[in-house]
Amino acid sequence: MNADTVISVRNLTNRFGKTTVHEALDLDVRRGEVLGVVGASGSGKSVLLRSIVGLQHPTAGQITVLGTIVSGDRKTVDRNDGDTGTTAVRDRWGVMFQDGALFSSLTLRENVEAPMREKLAIDATTRVALANLRIAMVGLPAHSGDLYPSELSGGMRKRAGLARALAMEPEILFLDEPTAGLDPISATEFDNLLVALQKSLGLTVFLVTHDLDTLHATCDRIAVLSGKKVLAIGTMAELGKVDDPWVHSYFNGPRAHAAQPALAAP
Amino acid sequence: MSLLMDDGARTPGSPALTGPFTLATLSQNMALLKNRPTGGDLDISGLTALDTAGAWALLSYQTTQKAKGRALVFVNTTAAQDLLLQTVAEAMPTQRVRRRRPPHHHAGDSLGYLGQTVTVFAAGMAQSIGFFGLVVSRLAATLRRPSRLRVTSMVHHMQQTGLDAVPIVALMGVLIGVVLAYQGASQLKQFGAEVFVVDLIAISILRELGILLTAIIVAGRSASAFTAAIGSMKMREEIDAMRVLGLDPIELLVLPRVLALLITLPLLGFIASIAGILGGGIMVWIELGISPEMFRVQLLANTSVSHALIGLSKAPVFAVIIAIVGCYQGMQVEGNTESLGSRTSRSVVVAIFLVIVVDAVFSIFFAVWGV
Repeated sequence: MNADTVISVRNLTNRFGKTTVHEALDLDVRRGEVLGVVGASGSGKSVLLRSIVGLQHPTAGQITVLGTIVSGDRKTVDRNDGDTGTTAVRDRWGVMFQDGALFSSLTLRENVEAPMREKLAIDATTRVALANLRIAMVGLPAHSGDLYPSELSGGMRKRAGLARALAMEPEILFLDEPTAGLDPISATEFDNLLVALQKSLGLTVFLVTHDLDTLHATCDRIAVLSGKKVLAIGTMAELGKVDDPWVHSYFNGPRAHAAQPALAAP
Repeated sequence: MSLLMDDGARTPGSPALTGPFTLATLSQNMALLKNRPTGGDLDISGLTALDTAGAWALLSYQTTQKAKGRALVFVNTTAAQDLLLQTVAEAMPTQRVRRRRPPHHHAGDSLGYLGQTVTVFAAGMAQSIGFFGLVVSRLAATLRRPSRLRVTSMVHHMQQTGLDAVPIVALMGVLIGVVLAYQGASQLKQFGAEVFVVDLIAISILRELGILLTAIIVAGRSASAFTAAIGSMKMREEIDAMRVLGLDPIELLVLPRVLALLITLPLLGFIASIAGILGGGIMVWIELGISPEMFRVQLLANTSVSHALIGLSKAPVFAVIIAIVGCYQGMQVEGNTESLGSRTSRSVVVAIFLVIVVDAVFSIFFAVWGV
């Protein structure tokens, strides 16, 4: 594995009963890049994300994250053995779920504090200050820390989910449809926030999205999932030239032109 | 380089920051910063890693130094560190955010809490009576147009609340019969009145225990199931979806459950009573040597069928209580997972409590009426 590859997916196969979602899928994510993952509904974007973070046990194949085999043959997988193995690598990534997946019995601040409280020996004052910092960094007002998830709007829950994903200073950030359901202003703010965080922290971002504006504003490379495999991978301009009807209509359709005025000119 | 130009302001011998300044090494580095004597320039070129937690600690230190009148400048920063410091500085709260703390408790608080609990309880009772009225009015509307009754759904709930409960209810009945026979035998033996154990078993099971304990088991099984099912539909906005589609959740969800339980609970009570008498009969045969034939004769001679009818007459009332409480609590679930749990447990507690209260009312009623 190349030193610059942080996630390497080899030969991944996912089957649910008779439905095959992935068949011998290969994918590499490089250090410090924002990789967008697109595909039609049901093409297995979320299943791919869940496979990488270990929520879905793949039928076959091997997944390596930051040099640790997190999924594959029973013999090769690094088991939870103290400081090494999958437990340690779990602390080096952050996952933001579609609707935030906040713990409903905790306030927003307690949600952000939760991973730090469990994993680190830092005093309560510092922890609260760091949680407040994360909440402010994702653009939420300071008083929202005392609110419970049911008292937050959908957009605020998404930001809160990002704040919790950032709590442990991850190297890799997994985002599942972060801008879906946000108004265009909030979505743009989210894109800017993501780019600012990614640049300043050197994050690697694995981004599942349908939002062409987000793809255009944030992604270094885009992977297209189609036909159970990664059909194409490259920059937005490169994908605009791919000779495949689905990819072509995705990146050259009217919405794509609106998102990317430079490409619209023939 | 600012390092050379500003040399005079720096304190020689102060420990330099080296290695990673991240969340994992936060405490050590913060201690180092605290012991650093003065302001001036802070060379952070020795840092191998800096994350937002580290940047926060550096900037907090800068703020406290500034408050003491000593300006502090970070020197030899890389472009990435500058960007990170800037990003974090923009997010740093300008004033201290205070955590909302619960107010101190006073002596009168528990009295206030008691009053609050009573009013909430009373309001809940009033609301559930209103809910009962709503269900009755929908039932009346459905009876006028029987084609609107969801038969499939009702049969499904009859299976879940009735057929599936038969084994546990029958087992419970047998065990109650055994317990009554054993206890009754050991007491009545002292008076040589062993044969009256049959009356004891038959009357107490048919009149009271068979139906009451069945209702308690069904309250635990089905009231909780109703609350959890309807509550999770409420959480996922399925109930709201029904309303905007012009479908009536009472008619679709509540009526089939109420009617299903109305049919199955009397049947379950009957099964439990028969199982109880069987269990008691076997036990007196083993313990006292009263043969099945003797048991039958004694049973038919001394136990009027009215006991069984009185017992079964309570079953539909219990059924309505259990189903209404279960569905009502499900409808009260709010958007979070905790309310689903608390509503489910409340539904079981309230259903069992009301069943026992109503059973007591029935006992008084039948005693006054003289049956």
